[in-house]
Amino acid sequence: MWKWLHPYANPEVSYHFVGKLLPWISKITFVLLFIGIVWALVFAPADYQQGDSFRIFYIHVPTAILSMSIYMAMATAAFCSLVWQFRLADASAAAMAPVGAVITAIALFTGAAWGKPMWGTWWIWDARLTSELVLLFLYLGVIALHNAFEDKNLAGKAAGILSLVGVVNIPIIKYSVEWWNTLHQGATVSKMSAPSMSMNMFWPFVICFLGIAMLVAFVICIRFRTEILSRNGMRPWVRALITEEGVK
Amino acid sequence: MNPRRKKRLTIVISILVGLSIVAGMVLYALSQNIDLFFKPSEIYQGKDDTGIKPINGQRLRIGGLVVPGSVKRDPSSLDVTFELVDMRMPIVFNDTDPVIKVHYDGILPDLFREGQGIVANGMLVNGNFIEASEVLAKHDENYIPKELADDMGEKHVKPSYTKEQIENQQY
Repeated sequence: MWKWLHPYANPEVSYHFVGKLLPWISKITFVLLFIGIVWALVFAPADYQQGDSFRIFYIHVPTAILSMSIYMAMATAAFCSLVWQFRLADASAAAMAPVGAVITAIALFTGAAWGKPMWGTWWIWDARLTSELVLLFLYLGVIALHNAFEDKNLAGKAAGILSLVGVVNIPIIKYSVEWWNTLHQGATVSKMSAPSMSMNMFWPFVICFLGIAMLVAFVICIRFRTEILSRNGMRPWVRALITEEGVK
Repeated sequence: MNPRRKKRLTIVISILVGLSIVAGMVLYALSQNIDLFFKPSEIYQGKDDTGIKPINGQRLRIGGLVVPGSVKRDPSSLDVTFELVDMRMPIVFNDTDPVIKVHYDGILPDLFREGQGIVANGMLVNGNFIEASEVLAKHDENYIPKELADDMGEKHVKPSYTKEQIENQQY
């Protein structure tokens, strides 16, 4: 496996490899998101007590799940960078942090917009909502640290330590609704047993989830390539690329 | 793995393990404060894990299921009283359940109905009566299409208000 992975530790190889993936990811993203959103907003049945407001579920739940998954991916990259000192792992962590922050903000915003008509309040300091807000601040801290130092390796180290420390928050978010009593309800789909919704409500969710996940992957790939370029600006291959493309 | 990497790996992992232990203990110590609300039975017997009982005049949140048949609304104002019992799955109501009475003067959330879980914020009076200043609906994790719910006999009717009730609103 190491032999197979080894060439991708080279920024140039990774840059071109991700470049080849991009058009595919963008096509899959478009198709999945289009089918998923139309299915969820038009064809999925309305809930018997929440009516059409229930459809916020199809944005809120995928973004909430992804906000945690992106964090875990970022922390894994930070871990690899701290232990094995892969330069590219730092670049990928720096590429993921702002995307994760935006996804977390979307999850919080859609949650508030859903809470107002259903619960009767925009915000309540229960364990689930508070820990998700802490996650947003962790992302913002990681972004700030990545930009706080002139030396990118030093910045990556500092941001990496913060991301690893923040991992403690992930199980707290996930299990907050089971460990404590909260206003937020328990898990509907992300659990071991069958989802607590009928199948014609569940499948549009699966498509929406995959679509938003692909969108996240797409944006991260673009940011990853930019990170590679900006960190290797003095290398001959980047210079050659710039003269080739005619961009100054 | 070379020794330097091994050293870094042990440092990083020991920091992580240490942190999770510290976080776990902090959360354990705080667990009663992280709970958002009291259950009706906890008002009588004290918190499940600490046994701390709320006192009269204390501001608290209570969470429970609205007992069917207990909702009494005043025809000319927003005044409403209802009874709460502990939330449980599946939903069953026994006559022996500890019951807390709640009085509220305000507009109820759309999801409020008998048998629904709610969280009320208010003051404990008289040991088993709560004067609520805010009532929030806590729905469960189940979503059911309308047609299916009709077949199962599940129905939801939003609380509705007459013009007179709205006009008599105090604030």
